[in-house]
Amino acid sequence: MSIETEDPSEIDPAEILGSAIERREDPALITGDAEYTDDIQIPRMTHMAVKRSQHAHARIEDVDTSEAEAMDGVVDVFTAEDIDVPGSLPVGWLLETLEQVDHPILAGEKVRYQGDGVAIVVAEDRYTAQDALDAIDVEYERLDAVTDPSDALNGGPEIHDDAADNVAFEWEIGNADETEEAFEEAAHTVDLEVENQLLIPNAMEPRAAVADYNPSDNQIDLAMTTQNPHVHRLLMAGVIDHPENKLSIRAPDVGGGFGSKIHHYADEALTAWAAKQVERPVKWVATRSETYQTDALGRGHETHGQVAMDEDGNITGLKVDTKANLGAYLSTFAPSIPTYLYGTLLSGQYEIPAIHCEVTGAFTNVPPVDAYRGAGRPEASYIVERLVKHAAEHMDMDPAEFRRQNFVPGDAFPYETPVAMVYDSGDYEKTLDRALEMLDYEEFRERQEAAREEGRYLGVGFSAYIEACGIAPSELVGQLGAQAGLWESSLVRFQPSGTVTAYLGTSGHGQGHDTTYSQILASELGLDIEDIDIVEGDTDEIPQGMGTYGSRSAAVGGSALVQSARKVVEKAKKIAAHQLEASEDDIEFEDGEFRVAGAPDRSMHIQDVAGAAYLAHDMPDDVEPGLEASSFYDPENFVFPFGMHAAIVEVDPDTGEIDFETYVAVDDVGNQINPKIVEGQIHGGVAQGVGQALYEGAEYDENGQLLTGSMQDYTVPKAMHVPEMETDSTVTESPHNPLGVKGVGEAGTIAAPQAIVNAVVDALEPFGVENIEMPLKEERVWRAIHENGGDA
Amino acid sequence: MYPGEFDYHRAESVEHALELLADLDDAELLSGGHSLLPTMKTGLADPDAVVDIGHIDAMTGIDHSGDTTTIGANTTYAEIADDDTLWDSVTVLAEAAGEIGDVQVRNAGTIGGNIAHADPASDLPAAALAADATLVAHGPDGEREIDVDDYFIAMYMTDLAEDELLTRVEVPHQGPEVGSAYVKKPSPSSGYALIGVAATLYTDGGTVASARVAANGAMDHGVRLTAVEDALEGMSVDDVGDAGEHAGDSLDTSMFMDDIQASAEFRAQLLEAYTERALERAADRVGVAATV
Amino acid sequence: MAEHDITLTVNGNEQELTVESRTLLVHALRDELGYTGPNVGCESSMCGACTVHVDGKAVKSCTMLAVQADGTDVTTVEGLDQDGEFHPIQEAFQEEHGLQCGYCTPGMMMTAVDFLDDHDDPGREEIREALEGNLCRCTGYQNIVNAVETASNKMGGSGAAAGGDD
Repeated sequence: MSIETEDPSEIDPAEILGSAIERREDPALITGDAEYTDDIQIPRMTHMAVKRSQHAHARIEDVDTSEAEAMDGVVDVFTAEDIDVPGSLPVGWLLETLEQVDHPILAGEKVRYQGDGVAIVVAEDRYTAQDALDAIDVEYERLDAVTDPSDALNGGPEIHDDAADNVAFEWEIGNADETEEAFEEAAHTVDLEVENQLLIPNAMEPRAAVADYNPSDNQIDLAMTTQNPHVHRLLMAGVIDHPENKLSIRAPDVGGGFGSKIHHYADEALTAWAAKQVERPVKWVATRSETYQTDALGRGHETHGQVAMDEDGNITGLKVDTKANLGAYLSTFAPSIPTYLYGTLLSGQYEIPAIHCEVTGAFTNVPPVDAYRGAGRPEASYIVERLVKHAAEHMDMDPAEFRRQNFVPGDAFPYETPVAMVYDSGDYEKTLDRALEMLDYEEFRERQEAAREEGRYLGVGFSAYIEACGIAPSELVGQLGAQAGLWESSLVRFQPSGTVTAYLGTSGHGQGHDTTYSQILASELGLDIEDIDIVEGDTDEIPQGMGTYGSRSAAVGGSALVQSARKVVEKAKKIAAHQLEASEDDIEFEDGEFRVAGAPDRSMHIQDVAGAAYLAHDMPDDVEPGLEASSFYDPENFVFPFGMHAAIVEVDPDTGEIDFETYVAVDDVGNQINPKIVEGQIHGGVAQGVGQALYEGAEYDENGQLLTGSMQDYTVPKAMHVPEMETDSTVTESPHNPLGVKGVGEAGTIAAPQAIVNAVVDALEPFGVENIEMPLKEERVWRAIHENGGDA
Repeated sequence: MYPGEFDYHRAESVEHALELLADLDDAELLSGGHSLLPTMKTGLADPDAVVDIGHIDAMTGIDHSGDTTTIGANTTYAEIADDDTLWDSVTVLAEAAGEIGDVQVRNAGTIGGNIAHADPASDLPAAALAADATLVAHGPDGEREIDVDDYFIAMYMTDLAEDELLTRVEVPHQGPEVGSAYVKKPSPSSGYALIGVAATLYTDGGTVASARVAANGAMDHGVRLTAVEDALEGMSVDDVGDAGEHAGDSLDTSMFMDDIQASAEFRAQLLEAYTERALERAADRVGVAATV
Repeated sequence: MAEHDITLTVNGNEQELTVESRTLLVHALRDELGYTGPNVGCESSMCGACTVHVDGKAVKSCTMLAVQADGTDVTTVEGLDQDGEFHPIQEAFQEEHGLQCGYCTPGMMMTAVDFLDDHDDPGREEIREALEGNLCRCTGYQNIVNAVETASNKMGGSGAAAGGDD
């Protein structure tokens, strides 16, 4: 069911929106011409390396850098004492009860996770910089460490002086009383304790930065692995006390992010700061070990969920209590992830009259935890869909029909949930029905029955997921604690010869924005795609921007682009009317051509209008020369993609091995600008969900030492670990943006884990298995079977 | 991370390599580099000198003459796994070589490096044991043959002396009445064996006359599963899978490897399941020339 | 510290350079010679982003010393296209959206080319096994497998039509 691509040069602009064209960014990426941050070479460039704590929790007694400083090839060595700027990393989302704690870019008194930086070396080459790290002698007084949020909250060692009992915040959403009442009146209740394990994002390109400082004009040029250069510039300007307009941040080609390159870490700020100190260019590139120790982790929830039902299996209430691991410090957007991106999604696709959710955020001695692909929404979907599976089983109802019965009905949109969301549009039965068809569900249940007779264990698992993306509007997120607006900006500029450049504040790192945005603009302006250039990821070129995360680029960035394009057309129309000596009201715009209504011969192409606008010899009154427009688009609401993923697996009870028979994904992401890109996002998202379900998990020992510290120990799924996926989609437009798009970047990651876990639990139903914690390593599966006696 | 500083020396011959080993302090041997370089990059090994034996032609290549196949220590896993004749004559070794790492690792890593390094989770120790290999080492006193049963001692420890160089591996051909196989449960992350089982069944008219069965990943070095071998004697080739249940009988299961990848208890379970699979696959190959 | 004068023939061009004993081939290619196609994604020889051909065989250039490779022919992704024409594997990756961020892509393609040199008509499972040493975090591999199938067809294999996963 793979979508075939088309050559963009063979497609008419009128048809290009929605076409599965080849990607414009690929020629550079398949030839080695791409420029990633580590590819950058600057004359006189030095290399920075960071001395990191090997202990997860310790007081720093002494840092002796003398031997390192004396080494050949070492330019300079710096410790916390040398940091002459504020040097504390900010938090970009506040909650009422949040304990804000200091997060220094180099630890001076105390280290709080294994990998916390204590010194930096600047040297002539990367090998020497690393050699010098070994020559730095740090004396520590070791302290007890804690890595589990419940342990941290229940008498764990104190990590921050300001945060009593390691509580970072306490937060709740929904209606406690109504929910309590629903449970009191319930005919049936079920509950589950589940863990959503810590994950390491593993973008293939490690984080990196190259800073070049020019003392004569106090200018820092910083190239770095970022998903949001303008946000990084704003925050870093404060961290290193440098004027925002003298700090330029550029994202070269970025090798994946998945959230990990949103956050403001210490290392990139140190690179910029160090360049200023040594007055030479400085490059820092994380080793994979460093990314394992320092990239913000994802997930980290311990959750107790309960469902109340009436006697017919209608869900009447949902109660969720979560302990969220925030790690050693508050990462940039950490407080929002287990709260507003989690609790608000707990209604799933269901009509649930009463919901209440409490979350306690805990400091622990693991690296800071923040957004990782899905960010809060996978955790919400996981507990909801695991509970629904469990509830259906308790009611002895078919899990598909149990879901159908509880779905928000198709005619109920816009639908307001008890957890503060208003779903824009949806048709949940449609994706369910399509998935059932693709699975050949009834036939499967017969096969499952027959297989069990032969001692073979097949199972099917469903995941009816919903996500919220394009988080907005700014006023609302401000009320919820965001320290930023969540608009997006664009600038569309015609050149006099008729070519166009569009500048966007989003910052793609693999999503194919160049292609998608070109398709939008070609369609809006009626131009050939060859005449369009897209610029992203550079604070010098792009007026402002909020970046790429949360599946927002199409819905928010794309809409900003449409808005600017339409302003351009509006202005061009005035000029065209003047040139064509017609009233503006009589001018029609189609396929790039302005025509006088009723006089098709009298027309002017928008590219010629651009020429006239810059020539400016004959402009209408009150119209300035030039043809460009910029916009700040602030959406009126979130958008809510949804879908149904389902897996069929077979489990070998002797070894716990899991084989995929089928994986189907039916997604509704609204209108699709490039269906092949959409399909690719689903594939990639599902693969990360497969990783979480079966393989991945950051594990620490009791001292906070990372046990899964390399790709030898932490399983990034390989080609043979990921099942063949059958994908299909339905289209329910979002009414909230001009493109009718919803967002697709995180859908697969949100959907996949519970489809797989539900399938394995379904397969093992004869053994009485009700829950297995992710990742479903063979050993866990085998133990789950045998702890119940091992008899089917 | 990057290797620490060292001096690199390229050996032109076995004699030259032995001289360098004798002259240099704290020297390590490098062939394909896939055992040594990863440990040097993570700082686990930090030798002062590295002697590259990978360019010694006399230690490279596969020779099938007579009833023994001789494999030079520098022969890559890929060359072994792609050798059709070896698949016919010593299936278990070809199959195990093909299970190591990935394509790129197999293109660079060598049989000599592997067997000298003696990683307990690698694939060749069990295969060498099941193939009844003879390991040939060169040292200051000349050439020495080591029976594979005397070779693996403990984790990363073998019968090779510090001043010796493993130069080739010799394996007897397996006739039509012999079937052999290697099956493996790889770690999903590293690809190393959580459990790997190699089996050679020597049969006579549909009955197992004798067997060599060995495992990687269970103990701190590759080990023979003698209880399985005993159980197999006299068994019909159709029933050999049943002997899998004896997989742990001859081993001190309290000494099983136990780490975050798999507990000792689960390895014991996997050992039984994979021994059964190895035996059944080996039995299927009795009387038929195996194909890739 | 010991230095060595070595010769590498990279994409057909003979290059002489001086390296330390410990300089890894990938750093010699990237930092000394400017071939930044091969990328570094790990230090544990797992990710395969640094894969190049040495004397025609795919190897991980982070797990080989530059001095070890003295005298060899090295092909990087920069050497795949010929006379301005993409190699079939490059065409196939573009047609099938076999890449997203592109970081793993040079290594992925170099492994695929070596594999397709020896395998005429590989099945999808076989392709997945062949790519075991190349990690991709973006694509979920499905379109990569499609691309390798498509490339196989372009290179004269008789495999099923691209996108044969339906």
